[in-house]
Formats: sequence, structure tokens, C-alpha cells
Amino acid sequence: MRLGDLTQRAGEWLRVGGPMHDVVISSRLRLARNLAGMPFLTKCSPEQLRELEARLRNEILAASLAREVLYIDIAAAGELDRQLLVERHLISRQLSQGTHARGVAISGSETVAIMVNEEDHLRVQVLRSGMGLDEAIEETNRIDDLLEERLNFSFHSRYGYLTACPTNVGTGLRVSVMLHLPALKMTGEIEKVFRAARDMHLAVRGLYGEGTEATGDFYQVSNQTTLGKTESQIIEEFRNLMVPHIIDYERQARKSLLSKRRPALEDKIMRALAILNGARVMTSEEAMYLLSLVRLGVNMGLLDGPDIKRINELFLLTQPAHLQRVLNREMNPQERSEARATYIRQALGAN
Amino acid sequence: MKHSCEKCNKQPATVHLTEIIDGKKIEKHLCEDCASTEGITIKADVPISQLLEDFVLQSSSGPEPESAQIKCDVCGITFDEFRQKALLGCANDYQAFERVMLPVIQRAQEGAAQHVGKVPHRAESSQKKQMALLRLRAELKSAITSENYERAAALRDQIKEVDV
Repeated sequence: MRLGDLTQRAGEWLRVGGPMHDVVISSRLRLARNLAGMPFLTKCSPEQLRELEARLRNEILAASLAREVLYIDIAAAGELDRQLLVERHLISRQLSQGTHARGVAISGSETVAIMVNEEDHLRVQVLRSGMGLDEAIEETNRIDDLLEERLNFSFHSRYGYLTACPTNVGTGLRVSVMLHLPALKMTGEIEKVFRAARDMHLAVRGLYGEGTEATGDFYQVSNQTTLGKTESQIIEEFRNLMVPHIIDYERQARKSLLSKRRPALEDKIMRALAILNGARVMTSEEAMYLLSLVRLGVNMGLLDGPDIKRINELFLLTQPAHLQRVLNREMNPQERSEARATYIRQALGAN
Repeated sequence: MKHSCEKCNKQPATVHLTEIIDGKKIEKHLCEDCASTEGITIKADVPISQLLEDFVLQSSSGPEPESAQIKCDVCGITFDEFRQKALLGCANDYQAFERVMLPVIQRAQEGAAQHVGKVPHRAESSQKKQMALLRLRAELKSAITSENYERAAALRDQIKEVDV
């Protein structure tokens, strides 16, 4: 498998509609792990960083975590490839920047991504489409066990798995779901959700985590507490107590829009589709905004097509790095906007 | 380049964002307070740097003004450095800074101060070894900096013996 193979389609977790996919795009688990006896990254010399990267790369590849595993040396990768990986949620923006030795191992289905030398020595990420936390924790555990057979992780009887930032200490487990909340945004109730989430010790971020911009009405909700609860407690609270409320709010907001503002709502959605079908120049922000409305329209049964998987894919394939890879040429923003409009028209079957 | 918040016009605008509303690009320049009432989260994680800031402010007027100077004798990081970066230097910091860091951890972790989750299979024997390795690697680092290659070679052998 090569990096180039990734670009023509979206990852498995985005293509397949999982449970509650009308609101929940994806579920993601992340484990933070550090090697025992090595300093955390801020105190590693460049030599130690190289040593760590080489060792972790070898052990990850030797652990046979999946049928196909691709390791990408991020320090050697070009800017476009790094951006591509960020757009696919396979690496963080933080890992894409900097000059030190670092990398990422990705499973063929893209449901597993292990970052090396990010904030901690290892960041294991498992992705599932829709509300798939139970499956994801099983997979996360399996990978953690396999890695633990080969690596000695830094662990403390009181603080659990030791991490560079104490906000991750204990289980090192961060649970997040990516939610599509356009109706709450339209009805102006999204602030209430944010406040309630904070009261429940949850963090809400934009599509790509840090540096929040809630593009296309996508929000990432994640737990903040990693110590003093077991892994299954964290998952259960998240799955049973917190996220279902947000999903309910969004569904209620959709119903209320239908009963109270149907013509206005339909108008918005139809216009969005019409623009996507006819525009000649389109920025990625505008594409996100319009695709979000079309996604809402399809999920509410107001539109017959396009296929929801196609729309999900377009969210990804119209991002700057993807567009350039798919069309196989480097473009400036203006050229991208033109190519994007054309690509979307063709994907939707217009001319 | 200091603009005041376009909503309250009082505090400086530190949050700048671009939103697309009805296909039109709208730029907003807000202060953190107004941004948070608009439902925009600025800090990505628990703002631990903020927690640490509060804590050091509290303790600087209290009985331990020296807490910022506490230093880990393995990696050499001071509590003050940690406070600025919100990142620790090595596993030993959890011990070295325990007295001042524990209350911060508890505040960030809903009051918890004891891990109850998964335990690695080899945890029991490994804790002492972890600390020994950290120390050896710190010594190796300074041996290399001071160009003491004989010592560095001996330390490398020791590390190989311990780290299996």
C-alpha cells in the first residue's frame, strides 16, 4: 500500500454509514503512551528523538497490527502529503509541523493510525463510522496489548500511564465523536449544547480539533477526564449519559424546523444543491457549508439524492490537499476554487 | 494591531474567526468572554496552563513562593518551565513536582488522584527500572555534551543491560 492509494476514496470509517449516522459522523478513541525510561519529547535530544522514532517504527511494523500497515516518515514527507494526512484525520496539525524525527503508521482501512513523537511517544488512534465506541475500544485494547508485548510503557501505580501533559494521565484515553449539528446551529441552540457539554466535563471543538472553526457544522465532542475512571466507565458515561442528549437535541431541532419553518428550510437546502450543481468557482469553506445543508436535506428525507456516502466523500475530496492529489496537479487557491466547482458538479452528475 | 472586541468594545479582541453564513464569509473579532458566550471554544483541552497559572498565583502569596523553582533532578525541568509549556520533561516529574502538581491534577481530573484503569502486565517490576533508565539516559546526555566518550560508552552498555 502506498500513500497515493489513499487519495481516490475516503477512509472506510467515512464511507460506511455507522449507527446514528444522521448525526454522528465518526467515533474516535485515542491512547497516549510513553516508553519507560525515556524522557518525554520536550526533553529528548534530536538524537534521542531519532532513536525513539526508529525503534517505535520497527516495533509497530513488527507487531502485525493489521493486514496492511503503511508507515510514513513525516519528517521526510512533502507538505502536500502532510496536509493530506491532516485532512484525513490520520495525523494532527501538530505532527504535520516541526522538523524533528516523527511518523505515523496507518492500517489499510485507515481505522487505525499510530502517531510517533507527537506530544507523547505514541498516540494510538482508532476510528469507526457513526456511533461505534464499543467496537473501537475493543480494537484499541487489542492494539495496546500487542504493542505492550514489545514495549515497556511508562506507568505509575498512582497516576497510571504517565503522559507529557497531566491532562492525559491515568488511562491516557480520549474519546471523541464527530457530530453534524446543522439544525442546532440554525435554531441558535448550539450555545446551550456547548454550555451543557462543559458542565459535563466535555470539550467541544471544530472539525480539525485545535484552532476551532466549526466548518460545515461539524463539532468534535470529547471527554476531559482521564484519571480516576476505568476505560469502560469513561466510554459508558460518554455513550450513555452525554452524547445521546446532544443527538436528541439535534433531532428535535430538525423536527421543529420541519414543523415551523419548512418552506425556509427547504429553500435553503434546494438552493445549496442548486449552487453545488451550477457553480463555476467555489472555496472549500463554501463547499463545506453547502454540502452540510445537502447532507441535512438527505438525512431529513427532503432530498432524494445524492447518495449520503457520496456527500461524505465530497467533504474530504474537496479539501485543498485532496483536490490537488485527486486531480494530480499543484494549484493555487484560485485554480483550486475553479477545479473544486467542476469536480463537485461532475460528482453530483451535473454538467 | 490591537482591536477591541466588536461585541462589547471593551476588552481586546483575541479570537479571530471566519464563518460562512448563508454562503457569505463573515469575519469576527471577539474577546474571549464574548466568544465563549457565542459558544466558541478557544482552548482545545482543559486549560491546564490556566489552572497552573491560578495555582502559582495563589501559592505565590501563600507559604510557598519557592514552588516555581522546584526542579526535577533527572530531566532538569523546573516547575516554572512546566507551568509555561504545560508539558513535563520526564516521568520523574510526577514525583518531583507531586506536592505542587497534585492539586492541579485533581482540579483538571474531577477531583481524582488515583488511577483505576488498565494496568500493563509488566507494571509491578518496571517502576524502579523506569527510574533507573531515566537517570542513566540523563547521565548519558550530559556525558555526550561534555565529550566524555568513555563514560558515554559505559553508560550505553548499562542502558542496554537494564532496558530489555
